[in-house]
Amino acid sequence: MSARKPRLAMYWAASCGGCEVSLLNIGEKLAALGDAVELVFCPCLADFKLADVQALPDGAIDLCLFNGAVRNSENRQMAYLLRRKSALLVAYGSCAHEGCAPGLANLTTAAAIRETVYRGGPSTDNPAAVVPAEISQVPEGTLELPVLYDTVLTLDQVENVDYYLPGCPPESPRVAEAIGGLVAALAGGAPLPPRGSVLGALETIVCEECPRKRLSRRVERFHRVHEVAPDPKACLLEQGLVCLGVATRGGCGALCPRVAMGCRGCYGAPPGVEDQGGRMVAAIAALTAAGDPEAGGARLREQVDAAMATVVDPAGTFYGYSLAHSLLRRARVTRKAGGEEGRG
Amino acid sequence: MDQAQGSAREPVIVGFLCAWCAYLAADAAGMARAGHTPSMRPIRVMCSGRVEPEFVLRALRDGADGVLIAGCHPGACHYVDGNLKALRRFALLQRLLDQFGVERERVQLVWVGAAEAAAFAAAVDRMAAQLRALGPLRWDERVLGGEGAGLDAGNAAVPEDASA
Repeated sequence: MSARKPRLAMYWAASCGGCEVSLLNIGEKLAALGDAVELVFCPCLADFKLADVQALPDGAIDLCLFNGAVRNSENRQMAYLLRRKSALLVAYGSCAHEGCAPGLANLTTAAAIRETVYRGGPSTDNPAAVVPAEISQVPEGTLELPVLYDTVLTLDQVENVDYYLPGCPPESPRVAEAIGGLVAALAGGAPLPPRGSVLGALETIVCEECPRKRLSRRVERFHRVHEVAPDPKACLLEQGLVCLGVATRGGCGALCPRVAMGCRGCYGAPPGVEDQGGRMVAAIAALTAAGDPEAGGARLREQVDAAMATVVDPAGTFYGYSLAHSLLRRARVTRKAGGEEGRG
Repeated sequence: MDQAQGSAREPVIVGFLCAWCAYLAADAAGMARAGHTPSMRPIRVMCSGRVEPEFVLRALRDGADGVLIAGCHPGACHYVDGNLKALRRFALLQRLLDQFGVERERVQLVWVGAAEAAAFAAAVDRMAAQLRALGPLRWDERVLGGEGAGLDAGNAAVPEDASA
């Protein structure tokens, strides 16, 4: 091990680039990290080609930070390739971990998305109805685009993952600890964390880090963020503002609730919780006071349903970062009369 | 995956029955040979308020065609208001499941008194009939494509040649 520096790779699949920024954002520790590793692949930051990775022997990359969801056939192939070339594969950031915002595409289909983006959007001007094709013939030859999947997948749904680093993006101090720790262990031959570990996060929920006070208040209805000015000290959830802190792994320092924005859930489900959305349904229900048992049957149901209707877009809100990794993973597509499954 | 077998199969209902009312009603229905459809798999829970939304999602994911949650009548909960908690969870869960394309008939909440064996049997029969009309759910196979691969059969296939 001491003969050479650990080889580091970082790749983006279906992602926004924020994960790379979170690594660059570790401050002066970046210089030490840069000295400690040999960067062998990172298309976002330096000029590497696919052939450079293909030329490496299997397992030659000591540590690969894979960010982004698996959204199309190119992402899938890169996951396959990097798994084989890497001794340690890290699902870096929420997209690779649980699907994040790209995973919300699982509420619809690739065909419906293509239709909205290229034809149906309110500001779309596409009279010739030009839509990207997977294969196009041009004078210079045949051009190919990756196949857009109907279902966004997480990294561990397609390849074995050694470690997870949650967050959208992961908080830089946590990145410095986790990645710095792995690199130091690789360089020095020290023991690595157990495979499958979640790094750079806590075993507790976001509420544990949140300074807001819980007063055991219950609410009659929920509000959207623009509808109320929240009390600066009290728990947002108890003010009827949806906050996923109770169903989200801590480690971020409760950054969002501190500035009056409810936790969006980017660190994913905490230990022991299988489905972030399911846990949020339970949490919201526990907090709701609506429903007079004296009202009886139908009236009681109406009262409760009216209160729950104030939670707008529960699937998009509760699974904003974890839909692709949830129990149901995607929406069911309505079946057409012929019995064929329609695609939107 | 056999089409003929699939269409003929009785719907599978996972029933979460509260120990104080619904389970006793189900027991009484059995003792009285009330003859309700055998397609419900009863799971006794201490209270309908104990049924986590995750239990329902897990049942739907793992092969149930429907989930029945049965508790005491409002005002009659052994734990005062556990059934009201169940109703609040259920109301929000249904809104969530709407977005997943799960029909409302597939997840139901009913109130059943301990002595209401016939009413319980009728509720199960009614739900089974609704599920028969809807057809099987079979989330893992029909929605996730067996391997969790999604609608595209080829999603999870190993790429032809990713390495040189």
